[in-house]
Amino acid sequence: MIESSGLTKRYGGRAVVQDVSFRCDPGTVTGFLGPNGAGKTTTMKMVCGLAAPDDGHATVLGTRYQDIANPGHRVGILLDASAQHPGRRGREALTIGAQTIGVDDGRVDELLERVGLDRSAARKRVRQYSLGMRQRLGIAHALLGDPEVLILDEPANGLDPEGMRWMRALLRDFAAKGGTVFLSSHLLYEVDAIADQLLIIRDGKLVAQGTRAELLAAAGTLVRAPDNDALVRALASAGLSASPAGDGGLIVDADPEAVGRAALSGGVALSHLAPSEHAGLEKLFFDLTADEEEEA
Amino acid sequence: MSAAPATRPPLSRLTLVELRKMTDTKAGFWLQLSVLALAVLVVVVNALAGHVQDHQFMDYFSGTSQGLSALLPVLGILLVTSEWSQRTAMITFSLVPQRTRVMAAKTLAAVVLALIALAIALLLSVIGTAITDPGVPGTWRLPPGAVGQVALYLTATMLIGVAFGAVLLNSAPAIVIYYLAPIGFGALGAIHVLDHPMLWVDQSRAMEHINDRFLSSTEWAHVGTSLAVWILLPLAIGMERIQHSEIR
Repeated sequence: MIESSGLTKRYGGRAVVQDVSFRCDPGTVTGFLGPNGAGKTTTMKMVCGLAAPDDGHATVLGTRYQDIANPGHRVGILLDASAQHPGRRGREALTIGAQTIGVDDGRVDELLERVGLDRSAARKRVRQYSLGMRQRLGIAHALLGDPEVLILDEPANGLDPEGMRWMRALLRDFAAKGGTVFLSSHLLYEVDAIADQLLIIRDGKLVAQGTRAELLAAAGTLVRAPDNDALVRALASAGLSASPAGDGGLIVDADPEAVGRAALSGGVALSHLAPSEHAGLEKLFFDLTADEEEEA
Repeated sequence: MSAAPATRPPLSRLTLVELRKMTDTKAGFWLQLSVLALAVLVVVVNALAGHVQDHQFMDYFSGTSQGLSALLPVLGILLVTSEWSQRTAMITFSLVPQRTRVMAAKTLAAVVLALIALAIALLLSVIGTAITDPGVPGTWRLPPGAVGQVALYLTATMLIGVAFGAVLLNSAPAIVIYYLAPIGFGALGAIHVLDHPMLWVDQSRAMEHINDRFLSSTEWAHVGTSLAVWILLPLAIGMERIQHSEIR
């Protein structure tokens, strides 16, 4: 379990993380979403004791991370897969970690196999690794001590579609066995499929959090009509705000029933009426983080 | 989910890990090898050059330890700075969040490396002396105190490296400043009024004769104060910095 309460970090007076509070429960996967530079990594570093918060605090498994006696056995961390010594062989990088926390060498081979790094890959120096291979090595490193909590920053970066599927299955399985997963991404589709809970951060502040269903409810209704103009008029006269969805329909900031009533009183025939699902989530994510995307 | 061991990794294990990290990378391996090669070179040069009387054990021992001391500080610096330049600090400090423990392990690893260097100096000196034995009396003379002084000298230069690494957390500046600082101290010492005071803070002058003769009590005092300036001060500043900085 991870609990964060009011985490705040300032650099030279500017808050890069501001009053971030959340909770990740055992048996669940939490997706931490936001554009690059929104404060995801800094938040995770504060949770892991690598950066000191200017305000607020975080606990992992009920205590400050720094107070866990041998944290490698309880919390698996991957904050930057590229942050490995390039001149070290893959297997050696794992061995160093295993020795530090005190697990035997057999565990290293077991994990190399589990993450799909074969003997020849394990013998290579990390310099020769693709980003995807580094992510696999990093996941293996995080799993060394058979932890209860996983904290992963952008673990899907550089993974091919097969690698993404593999990681999703691994994380789902980890949570199904009672583990807590906290992972970040700047891309919605990477976490949408596996996260039980989503946290959306922008400019250092959490702008939305909840289960997928909760966010979807807020994400509105997707509606289509053969006569789109009539639908727009009907929604407007009912006082509902709508915006175009990518594929011709409208996303309305209301539940399906309210949209149906508006269409009925406007005399508009509908061809589709349902919660907005992925399209809505995508739009929500885009709206919540749009300014930064444009700056980028 | 494993039953997690509730104990912290012991310092001895962390020290072994730090020693391993020094040799398990390509750069680390070649650096260690070049330190060894330099010591061998010193023995070879000493054997080929000079008078027969200069081929006594103490000549070799003093020469090899001088040679080793030229490169040991670089090992000390990299022991600390490579974590930052290669960005492995994030992994190291997330596995061992007590940063002072990691730094203690690095300091111990530095002492172990210095003692290994001492053993190498002794071994190479034995080999060199055996090959070129001038046959004069006292060739194999080795005052026990001399070994102690050289051990201290090698350990001190190694720890100066650790301290410089800790205060700068960046390999290149630490190495450059390490080699330039004695020149600056020397220049200050050349100013007449500063000549005597500088003896108390300039470690290269304070330890000038530590390899070839026994030091007087005043000279020991110079060694003590100058090492405080070169080791304790930067190490304290560095520890403070490491303790409170964000690990990137």
